[in-house]
Amino acid sequence: MLLRHTPKEIPERKALTVNPAKTCQPIGAMYASLGIHGCLPHSHGSQGCYAYHRSTLTRHYKEPVLAATSSFTEGASVFGGQANLLQAINNIFTIYDPEVIAVHTTCLSETIGDDIPQIFGKAESEGKIPEGKYVLHANTPSYVGSHVHGFANMTKAMVDYFATSNGHKEKCINLIPGWVEPSDMKEIKRIAAEMGVKSILFPDTENVLNGPQTGKFNMYPKGGVTIDQLKKTGSSRGTIALGRMTSGPAAKALDAKCKVPCEILDLPIGLKATDRFVDAMRKMAGVTVPDSLNLERGQMLDIITDMQAYFYHKKVALVGDPDQLEALTEFLVDIDMMPIHIVTGTKNKAFEKRIKELTADVPHEVNVKSGGDMFLFHQWIKNEPVDLMIGNTYVKYISKDEDIPFIRHGFPILDRIGHSYFPTVGYKGGMRLLEKILDALMDRQDRDATDITMELVM
Amino acid sequence: MSSISILEERQAQIHTKGTAPFNMSCDKKSLAGSVSQRACVFCGSRVVLYPIADALHLIHGPIGCASYTWDIRGSLSSGPELHRMSFSTDLQERDIIFGGEKKLYASLVSLIDKYSPKAAFVYATCIVGLIGDDIDSICRKVAKEKGIPVLPVHSEGFKGTKKDGYKAACDAMANLVGTGAIEGIRPTSINIMGEFNIAGEAWTIREYYERMGLDVVSVFTGDGRVENIKRSHGAALNVVQCSGSMMHLAQHMKAKYGIPFKRVSYFGIEDMSKALYDVAEFFQKDYPEVMEKTQTLVREEVKAIYPILKRYKERLKGKKAAIYVGGAFKAFSMIKALRSLGMDVVLAGSQTGTDEDYQVLREMCDDGTVIVDDANPLELSKYSIEKGVSLFVGGVKERPMAFKLGIGFCDHNHERKLSLAGYSGMLNFAKEVYASVTSPVWQFAPYGKR
Repeated sequence: MLLRHTPKEIPERKALTVNPAKTCQPIGAMYASLGIHGCLPHSHGSQGCYAYHRSTLTRHYKEPVLAATSSFTEGASVFGGQANLLQAINNIFTIYDPEVIAVHTTCLSETIGDDIPQIFGKAESEGKIPEGKYVLHANTPSYVGSHVHGFANMTKAMVDYFATSNGHKEKCINLIPGWVEPSDMKEIKRIAAEMGVKSILFPDTENVLNGPQTGKFNMYPKGGVTIDQLKKTGSSRGTIALGRMTSGPAAKALDAKCKVPCEILDLPIGLKATDRFVDAMRKMAGVTVPDSLNLERGQMLDIITDMQAYFYHKKVALVGDPDQLEALTEFLVDIDMMPIHIVTGTKNKAFEKRIKELTADVPHEVNVKSGGDMFLFHQWIKNEPVDLMIGNTYVKYISKDEDIPFIRHGFPILDRIGHSYFPTVGYKGGMRLLEKILDALMDRQDRDATDITMELVM
Repeated sequence: MSSISILEERQAQIHTKGTAPFNMSCDKKSLAGSVSQRACVFCGSRVVLYPIADALHLIHGPIGCASYTWDIRGSLSSGPELHRMSFSTDLQERDIIFGGEKKLYASLVSLIDKYSPKAAFVYATCIVGLIGDDIDSICRKVAKEKGIPVLPVHSEGFKGTKKDGYKAACDAMANLVGTGAIEGIRPTSINIMGEFNIAGEAWTIREYYERMGLDVVSVFTGDGRVENIKRSHGAALNVVQCSGSMMHLAQHMKAKYGIPFKRVSYFGIEDMSKALYDVAEFFQKDYPEVMEKTQTLVREEVKAIYPILKRYKERLKGKKAAIYVGGAFKAFSMIKALRSLGMDVVLAGSQTGTDEDYQVLREMCDDGTVIVDDANPLELSKYSIEKGVSLFVGGVKERPMAFKLGIGFCDHNHERKLSLAGYSGMLNFAKEVYASVTSPVWQFAPYGKR
């Protein structure tokens, strides 16, 4: 019993997080930054922060993750980090030669009160930013929000720094994918291309964090949205933002700054959410949905039809980030499963309301908590066991202790591969999710079958 | 790749043996803007203390520091698993403004009530140092109220390097040492220091000492227990591995309790055997039978693995290796162990080596070997390619870099999955190195076999 220290009783806790279901803002900013082509993320704080972010992202993707740090000392903590950041900008452009440096702050530099735009101004006037190179920044205090906000803030910074309107509305539409995997970003681009829609997707970690084995170590892999593309987002016909929390702020900023209208949708996980995404694209771009996509949709629907008996009223517990959980919950309800425990570590009022709406017709009591943790999640499961759990790698402890099947989804996944290469968004991704759910449930049924009840055909 | 430039200020941290007078610049903070592989003070403290399985580890700060260190080290416990939980005060904006002391107090009290730990460690993170929470007085207050040791760990991230974190951890443990009863501890007892029981390594080492007729009072800190640490001053000798992390405590115990220490390494046949013989020699005068048992042990163990190692050596002979580790002391054993497998180390470096370490490293290395302090991935990949290495030994951040380059890899850090300590560990190491260096995957790589 790895988590033998988790009791069934749930006393009220005020001042404490146990077994977190979130982490801090900067790692989200770092992940988003890696979705810009030729970008070196930079952590303005002490040395440990970025070492942890790099290690965690490396463990999740099994890819090299590069970033730089301001490497704060006691001096910087007293007198401010301006000198460190100026030196860092100079060193980075001189030695590592990126196209762009994406600076995110930390609890340390935020509390000291470093003014990043002012420091950028000084770097510019001192000629430390070479011609044709760029810097951008996002404020990501670790004591506000979670990794989800960090991703959202850096994505918004891409708009704040680069989006410009050329006065025309081009045929292109902007796609903001939210915090999803490189494979998902690729799938979103593929769906747009399949529909004949010209798009700019940002951030874009495809081919950055799922690169091939080439025999070379590339500091700046091929993928990522270019600065030129980011500039053009201001002249697009419209924006589709996927994920209310991770993509919403950037889409609104683009509307405010360049008058690019936006639709803010759920992540396209599951049938309905994908339908809404495809439909929004159809309307915005003025195209028709091609047969090829209808075929994929039909196939996904076919699986749900064929296997309905196995989904029926199975109880599911979910832990993860709000955008993912909202889409997943809707999907599970649609395939007649019962999501009954839903926890996110990220505080967000709208989340609980939305989940309650989505699960209004679930014939079971539903627990939902934003700002919760894995400890609470586990306690809920102890009190009301489930048939399946969905969450990041840390759920494996609960899975082992409670002997409940579990599928990995979210961040971080430290112990399996697949998420980098195979999407869970769109109809194809939906089929993969269905396969994973069925594998978990049916493997369990086979395992639990006696010699007498073992079924060949399922 | 060969044209990468080196930061001018970093020239003094890179040395090619045989080229210039040796004057390694080390033991300093990384440059701003560098892509270093290092971590922070908190990281140092956390990795050292975390294996103490029956203690409460509460991280006082925003959530990140707790999330990133939640059970990542793979230190095994034979009993309690409290160390595998992640506890954080999860400081919010209002706490930064008004201070986090109340939250810390409330968290500590409720956790101690719930789990009855044998001791509690409270880690101060960057922000705590900045907002000035007086964690010392809170710890004193709670210790008094709850009757267990509550120890502040001053591990604010910006206050130095990972090594300063080791020191902060040692300072915290020093408060426990000497507070337990030492009756019944035999004069042939030792403490194992700097062994963290990753993949069960401390169990292997402990068994060796027991076969020599010695008792182990406390392991610092693998499979660690508070009670054992409290009475560890009853041991006759401290045996210190991974010198970077535990030397400070060993020196403290020598000064305060007169307990001598020996620096050892459990990696590779040569150093493993030397460690056991050094310890046996310490007891030689009064307990000559220890040496006899040690000789038997070493003979049996070496006999069991030598023929197999020889077969690996035949196939690995002449291949080149790079090593980049946390503490330099580990590098010494690694060089010897790789040599015993017939391999040549052509690139060696560490995150936190001292001047003294690098002098030793230089003497051990062959001419032409590149020695680096606090290197970045560009430097590591540049020299790996230039030197034509077939094996890289490093940690989490080096693995994907090596694999992208088509170089075999062995994790000798937190992510080792097999015990690499002791004689059986050497065999595991040889197997792992052999498997990766000769993996058929390299035949598919675009550049062919390196």
